[in-house]
Amino acid sequence: MSSIFGVPTQALFGQLLIGLINGSFYALLSLGLSVIFGLLNIINFAHGALYMMGAFVAYFLLQWAGLGYWWALLLAPIVVGFLGVVLERTMLKRLYHLDHLYGLLLTFGLALIIQGLFRNEFGSSGLPYAMPAQLAGGRSLGFMFLPNYRAWVIVFSLATCLVTWYVIERTKLGSNVRATTENPALVQAFGINVPRMITLTYGFGVALAALAGVLAAPIYQVNPLMGADLIIVVFAVVVIGGLGSIMGSILTGFAVGIVEGLTKVFYPEASNTVIFVIMALVLLVKPTGLFGREK
Amino acid sequence: MTTAREAAPALETPSATSRHQLVAFAVMVVFFVVAPFFIYPLFLMKALCFALFACAFNLLIGYVGLLSFGHAAFLGSAGYISAHTAKVWGWPPELAILAGTVVAGALGVLIGALAIRSRGIYFANITLALAQMIYFFCLQAPFTHGEDGIQGVPRGMLFGFLDLRHTMTMYFVVLAVFLASFLLIYRTIHSPFGQVLKAIREHEPRAVSLGYTAEQYKLLAFVLSGTLSGLAGGTKAIVFQLASLTDVHWTMSGEVVLMTLLGGLGTVFGPVVGAFIVVSLENYLSQLGSWVTVVQGVIFVLCVLTFRRGVIGELARLIKKPL
Repeated sequence: MSSIFGVPTQALFGQLLIGLINGSFYALLSLGLSVIFGLLNIINFAHGALYMMGAFVAYFLLQWAGLGYWWALLLAPIVVGFLGVVLERTMLKRLYHLDHLYGLLLTFGLALIIQGLFRNEFGSSGLPYAMPAQLAGGRSLGFMFLPNYRAWVIVFSLATCLVTWYVIERTKLGSNVRATTENPALVQAFGINVPRMITLTYGFGVALAALAGVLAAPIYQVNPLMGADLIIVVFAVVVIGGLGSIMGSILTGFAVGIVEGLTKVFYPEASNTVIFVIMALVLLVKPTGLFGREK
Repeated sequence: MTTAREAAPALETPSATSRHQLVAFAVMVVFFVVAPFFIYPLFLMKALCFALFACAFNLLIGYVGLLSFGHAAFLGSAGYISAHTAKVWGWPPELAILAGTVVAGALGVLIGALAIRSRGIYFANITLALAQMIYFFCLQAPFTHGEDGIQGVPRGMLFGFLDLRHTMTMYFVVLAVFLASFLLIYRTIHSPFGQVLKAIREHEPRAVSLGYTAEQYKLLAFVLSGTLSGLAGGTKAIVFQLASLTDVHWTMSGEVVLMTLLGGLGTVFGPVVGAFIVVSLENYLSQLGSWVTVVQGVIFVLCVLTFRRGVIGELARLIKKPL
């Protein structure tokens, strides 16, 4: 068996693949956080809980309505996104005139409520969710075995991230959104419905989290606490990339996932902490994050 | 923070200790001296430790306007150090607590130096992430015994003659630690140093233009807050003879935010009241298991949406005097 730096290539590429998978989730989640932060100026602490809800909606759709994975991929983001719209309309909206930290505290409370309710109902052990039959199996690439579903997760999240980037950075709609980030009062004066845009942006960011949840369901099982610790890692990713940069959060998400995967190969003891160490180092050099700007 | 400003009119009377605060302090002291004869002392000690923790946390959010979401790191790691030095190295309780406090202070310097350069949401994010790093360290380091924690920590003899195995002796030692720290925090807030902190909270660029090195002031406040949180953690480990992962986990960081928010951000007595409410709530609801999380979440949401001044903040507004 061949090896690189004394590590068998099988193990190396295996961990690299896991790193890419995790990176996909980091990218989708930090992208959502970034989009929400851009317009609402809040860090959405409930993001992890809503990611978990996305996975649960997929589970419910299968159990109660017999709708499979592909339907879930479409419907779960819509359902959770709608919930996000309701949360924004009824609660977050009241906090815009206050310090942004209150938004953080409110969404923290929401995360506790959502996670607590699901844990009461479903315990903390995972519920299995089968992967779609079309993506079962895998192929041999010569140097490693690549399960089809994992390849799909990476490709699909990358595509979603790039489409989101394109819409925000290259279309009329996106330029409105970016203009609102800069100066909401002026954009409002141009006749654009800013409050509605903010609401829909929150809904969209949350829908991205739910989408990540559906993608994660066949890999990690459906678990009420699946988003609880993940969200803190994603916060670190967001700090590394810098808030407010769309491409920055996508790149950082994937890069951090890969670094984490490689750490598992070369120095497994540090695999949990490596992200936070990177964050500390980045902060020393560039307090606003790699792609961020002063806000 | 906007409402912390509303809730802390203490600015107008810089040095004069108001009569209302004196009365409130006297009431608090009398209550704590009498309470253990009527209320289960272990519960009171838990509440006192958390009250100290919340007061230390409030020093940062209430008077510097920095929301730390990683204060569990100080509470928890100090607990581990105190428990380890007392149990494995056989240190007397006063030295064990001191060791925990010092380590928390050193941790405060490290985390503070990294975090203090950013503000607002960034600051919250960074403290949270760094604290999570400490959590993973505690999970993996051999001396913390992972999921089991350090159990059966001996309470020992304080200064060689106070037997802490007596619940009442232990209680009054905890009370002394709490009151001393409370007065220290009170003094800090009302000192010239505290005035500068508030000035930085209100308008940092202006404070800088007046010649104050804002970063040093903020770092000092952060270290002080971390050190006192460590004191709370070390004391708690000796009282309950246990140091566990619960105290380093981010849920604990959230809990101290809840206590302070509920009691009143930027009020002197608010964190104490908030800590008591949250601890008693947990006691009463402990049979409900994970419903506690839901209840805490609901209180969070209600506080943020409708009750931003907190219990003491509202009371202070009612009597139009700072508390």
